[in-house]
Amino acid sequence: MDELEAIKVTFFQECEELLADLEGGLLAMQDGNDDGDTVNAVFRAVHSIKGGAGAFGLEPLVRFAHVFETLLDAVRSNEVPATPDLVVTLLRASDVLADHVSSARGLGDVDEAVSASMAAELKACTDPNAAPAPAAAPVVVEADAPVVEAAAPALIGADDALDDDDLGFDFQPMTITIDEQAADVAAAAGNVWTVSIRPKSDLYRKANETALLLRELARLGPIEATLDASAIPPLDQLDAEAAYATWTVRLETDEDENAIREVFEFVDGDCDLEITRGEAVASDDALAALLAGSAPAPAPAVIEAAPVIEAFEPAPVEAAPEPVAVAPVIKAAPAPVAAPAAPAPVAAAAPAAPAAAAKTQQIDVPGPGQSVIRVDPERIDRLIDLVGELVINQAMLAQRVGEYGIAPSSNLAMGLDELEQLTREIQDSVMAIRAQPVKSVFQRMPRLVREVANMTGKQARLVMDGENTEVDKTVIERLADPITHMLRNAIDHGLESPEERKAAGKNPEGVVRLAALHRSGRIVIEVQDDGKGINRERVFGIAVKKGLISPDLQLTDEEIDNLIFLPGFSTAEKISDVSGRGVGMDVVKRSVQALGGRISISSRPGQGSTFTLSLPLTLAVLDGMVVDVAGETLVIPLACIVESLRPKAEEIRPLGPSGSVLAVRDSFVPLIDVGLTLNYRDQSPAATEGVVLLVEGEDGSRAALVADAIHGQRQVVIKSLEQNYQQVEGVAAATILGDGRVALILDVDAVINLRRRGPPLPSDPTLIAAE
Amino acid sequence: MTRTVLTVDDSRTMRDMLRMALAGAGFNVVEAVDGEHGLEVLSAHRPDVIITDINMPKLDGFGFIEAVRVDDDYRAIPILVLTTESDPAKKDRARRAGATGWIVKPFNPEKLVDAIRRVAA
Repeated sequence: MDELEAIKVTFFQECEELLADLEGGLLAMQDGNDDGDTVNAVFRAVHSIKGGAGAFGLEPLVRFAHVFETLLDAVRSNEVPATPDLVVTLLRASDVLADHVSSARGLGDVDEAVSASMAAELKACTDPNAAPAPAAAPVVVEADAPVVEAAAPALIGADDALDDDDLGFDFQPMTITIDEQAADVAAAAGNVWTVSIRPKSDLYRKANETALLLRELARLGPIEATLDASAIPPLDQLDAEAAYATWTVRLETDEDENAIREVFEFVDGDCDLEITRGEAVASDDALAALLAGSAPAPAPAVIEAAPVIEAFEPAPVEAAPEPVAVAPVIKAAPAPVAAPAAPAPVAAAAPAAPAAAAKTQQIDVPGPGQSVIRVDPERIDRLIDLVGELVINQAMLAQRVGEYGIAPSSNLAMGLDELEQLTREIQDSVMAIRAQPVKSVFQRMPRLVREVANMTGKQARLVMDGENTEVDKTVIERLADPITHMLRNAIDHGLESPEERKAAGKNPEGVVRLAALHRSGRIVIEVQDDGKGINRERVFGIAVKKGLISPDLQLTDEEIDNLIFLPGFSTAEKISDVSGRGVGMDVVKRSVQALGGRISISSRPGQGSTFTLSLPLTLAVLDGMVVDVAGETLVIPLACIVESLRPKAEEIRPLGPSGSVLAVRDSFVPLIDVGLTLNYRDQSPAATEGVVLLVEGEDGSRAALVADAIHGQRQVVIKSLEQNYQQVEGVAAATILGDGRVALILDVDAVINLRRRGPPLPSDPTLIAAE
Repeated sequence: MTRTVLTVDDSRTMRDMLRMALAGAGFNVVEAVDGEHGLEVLSAHRPDVIITDINMPKLDGFGFIEAVRVDDDYRAIPILVLTTESDPAKKDRARRAGATGWIVKPFNPEKLVDAIRRVAA
């Protein structure tokens, strides 16, 4: 990738962060938190986006950002009050800005009409009285414009300030009177100019240097510089910080006056400058003589003119190339600090140096920002893969050693234990590198809430909690969709309209709370609304009407609430713009389950509902129970297992043609032979001969899985089956065990569902017999 | 001798752009993300030239320039102000604070190197 492209990638990453800062700042302002820092940060965010966009020539983005920035600048300087209404406008503008960024990135389009009207609105806010400000930001124009102030003349008087848009400076011939003789000389020598420079002490205070000005002049053509040191006082009266010298430079150049002036751009006002065409009218014979004995171009320093200075002039620190031959002279006289001639300040400063150096030690590390190093995620993924292999290898080694019957107290076994500890620690540390706060997902949500509320005519306020909760990057990427759906659902179906809320004695503005927290090795995301709660009667009715459940089914409140996750269920009476479009909660549930997660809902009538989503912290490793089924080794995720037991014959009851249930304490759970479900075998052995694992699916439904034997519990590294082979129903992924064999990781929910759908094989003899 | 340029800008993009342009022109580049950080890096690397943004958190460009100019060790280091502000008032304020020169963003590498040449011995 070309370097500029790489920076562009950085720019867009930075834009994401800046947009998040912008929105965060605006939301803080909305909460009445508009101290100067917040407003400044908001301003800077837009300002930086504009700056970067300008560098890449992203004009529509620059234009919009400019209008936005102008208003924010007025807000931060208190010219425009930050009223709640204004902040709402700014928030909408931040959404449009985000669209512009996406568009510049090639990820979508900006609605031009929306953008234009937003820009007009921003301008109106900036200056309600004035006619619309000029639309196009001048920034882009500046790109190739010569630095404008170049031409701003110092003392010469041609003081017509140049417009920003004035790209080429018109050359205005100076109306100066030159005597004929000089004119003749000029004509003969090409263009001869006389430049007189009298620096003020401010020039040196700003670290400008006369020597450099002369060097710059020498770039335009051969120069002869003469120093008038007559103003320099005797040494005992010399103020090291003051400026005494005047330089007269004879310059031969084909460039115009503007080019000469441009040399003095940075010292405008800090020196008396006179530029005249033609030879200097040398009234002083001595000067004329000096001019005559000129040194060769480019920079003939006429140091003879300054004998006084030379006297106390130590050797220059840095022998710079030719033009700077002039330097010692200048430095000696007026230059305040840099001059080696002024030892006093240097010595005074010396003690400060060690302190400064000491400070140095700390500063290399702490970048004030959060992220200090940027690493290609692929490298981390590779590292995680390798550590995964290390874990497997370590397990294999442990198994081999075990096979030799080495005593656990032996040095070898103990060393191996330590290795296992270390491996675990390395694995945790490596996973921590990839862990990121869920903030990156959360920060997209305020906009979503605004938009959904707008579209549905609801008033909603989003409260977020636990944005800094960390979770593996692979999980974060997949959180966005479920959270988006849950939030949409909460606003669209959960919250009442402002009128309904008022009627119910609630604040017309509904509150939606989005929270993230860690709970027993999983990340839990909660979406809570303070709406009307689930209308259970209606949900039950719809489920019956759609044939999803039987009308005489007895369900608990919680079970009814969770009916909304059934495929084909949609409670919206009319398909709304937001939650409709065929994506129901069942889809959300399935995608969550595919990640080894669970989702559930609880609700209190009149007080609102809470969606709870839980996911494993990582998709790279898993704690599992290793079991034997029909000679195959399988891993069952530990998170699904409630308990394991050996059933007695009297606890098993037949149910229906082929099924049977197991009595576990007060309830019956369906008995599922894993071997049969996965087609490892045609005939189930008696459940009493094997081991039963009581598992719980994502929806809370339980089942008893029959396996032949349990090998124990261990952490396994998840290897995707889809990537390496193909998706297999009932199998979530694969892993490599300590002995090097591949074991499949069971997808418990899929196994339960396979069972629910009925026996998969039409050729199943029992099924035919039953019919 | 390779010259060291300290760039002070809160925008990563801008720091990267500066680095690309300056490194391409043979400068050694050190970076800081705001004025406060800039003062720390300054003492660590003793740059020959400083390029600074104006709008920055913690310590802005004006404050940074003023802080450099009151430090006897560093006050002779040329400082170029880098900014998108076409607002002359901002530039004047930067000059009053002690800025040596300025570069208007967006810049091209030639313009940048040109400005450095003009202020650097």
